[in-house]
Amino acid sequence: MEHKLIFKDYNEALKQNKLLGLKCRACGAITVPPKIVCRQCASPDMDVIELKGSGKIRTFTTVFVASEGREDEVPYTIVMVELDDGPWIMGNLEGIDPKEASMELVGKKVKMGHKVFPGDKYSAGEGARPLFSLVN
Amino acid sequence: MKKVAVVGVGETKFSGPQDMTEVELFAEAAMEAITESNLKPKDIKALFVGNALGDFAEGQGMVQSLAAENIGCLYVPATRYEGACASASMAIRDACMWVASGYYDIVLAGGVERAATMGTGLATRTFAMFSDSRYEYPAGITFPAVFAMLTHLYADTYKIPLQKLREQMARVSIQSYKHGSVNPRAQFYGKNADMTVEKVLGSFVVSTPLTLHDCCPFSDGAAAVVLASEEVASKLTGKPVYVTGTGQSSCGPLGNQSDYLPRIRAREISSQRAYEMAGVKPQDIDLCELHDCFSIASLIAAESLGFFDYGTAGEAWEKGEADIGGKTAVNPSGGLKSKGHPIGATGAGQVYEVVRQLRGEVEPERQVPDAKIGMTDTLGGDGGTLVNMIFERGW
Ligand SMILES: [Zn+2]
Repeated sequence: MEHKLIFKDYNEALKQNKLLGLKCRACGAITVPPKIVCRQCASPDMDVIELKGSGKIRTFTTVFVASEGREDEVPYTIVMVELDDGPWIMGNLEGIDPKEASMELVGKKVKMGHKVFPGDKYSAGEGARPLFSLVN
Repeated sequence: MKKVAVVGVGETKFSGPQDMTEVELFAEAAMEAITESNLKPKDIKALFVGNALGDFAEGQGMVQSLAAENIGCLYVPATRYEGACASASMAIRDACMWVASGYYDIVLAGGVERAATMGTGLATRTFAMFSDSRYEYPAGITFPAVFAMLTHLYADTYKIPLQKLREQMARVSIQSYKHGSVNPRAQFYGKNADMTVEKVLGSFVVSTPLTLHDCCPFSDGAAAVVLASEEVASKLTGKPVYVTGTGQSSCGPLGNQSDYLPRIRAREISSQRAYEMAGVKPQDIDLCELHDCFSIASLIAAESLGFFDYGTAGEAWEKGEADIGGKTAVNPSGGLKSKGHPIGATGAGQVYEVVRQLRGEVEPERQVPDAKIGMTDTLGGDGGTLVNMIFERGW
């Protein structure tokens, strides 16, 4: 059985600031990141749709100890965003001082851009991630 | 299914970087377990070995076969288990099933890791491999970052002011340091018994709000257990410890767990299976070695296991209800925080502790009085693998 949407195509779209997801024909749930079946009902009968990428921050952290090869990036802030479409996705938050990130971020509305992780010797190539910023 | 007993346990000291190879570490733990069981290597019918990152730590794959040959268990099946930090618990659980089926009567299970040998940079990189490499790692996720985000989510979900939650979490680390300081096999044996809330909160920030003292160390170490059928066990020992319940569950990337977070749904399902199989309830558990990779992880685990209501575990720690003499004695070994966390061996180390507690053999300062039923809880990844096991005295 073929995928409706694989990482490669999701990644290429994200690099154009487009967030692709899958809408289930059986139950209506939206799955993102992509999987071969619906995250709610496991039906493979889904359509590729473009999501808005807007949502609200549910949690966050500012990282001070990085993985090998990413030491130059600290401190940086990771957020889990609940999309207006339902699913939660992980990305980074820009436009704030990472050292000042606090509980006040929780619930704040964000919009999505992207940033590419160029990859390292373990990662089988690059990968884009959502780069969120606060909506005033 | 046949009844399965632990008839012998062995463990190296858990430590920072040390010079023994993974094969050597595992061999020492394995031979201790085999010797304690009054058996010889030739009696072992199969090996089940947890090892998560040996490939990265010392360029060694297939450690299970080399370890089997090293200890003189020649030409027997040897199988490696990889479930991140839950690897050894997966190995032991599957080993139990093989004995319960009647196919083997005596097997060896355990695990080994040299996480400390890797150093912080490589260890942080490789531990992050247990998150989703495509949809999480590009954002720079690390293991502390996962539990740091769960901390903020926990505070928001249960409406606990972050500062109050951090003070409760500090109590978790302080309790673990206290027990580990009198456990000779603990990485922090003889250390940190004088830890204070102020010191925990004021130490180096790893990933906000988690400080160094909220986080378990990187560790080297190995642990192993010998499992036998009831019939064989009765001939080997007067103190068989029966494995009366087990459960295992899996889950996807952190974001896909959003319907339940900060609860870890895989743990709830895994532990329910174990309770049902054993026919016991959370309040029957005298002690639990649970997966306190971070201080917040203890609160989340103790709630999912049913020891305390959701959002109240921090208070329980403050009141001593999670300590020896409380409702459920949690991590009398010192836990991952103080005993250490050689990830592929951790679950076997938990079983080692529970078995010795049930036999009444640990140091008096950290012995749970008259412990009859013990439990282990091991988490791999950010909830991706969960294993729970329940153990009961057989005498
Ligand atoms: Zn569906």
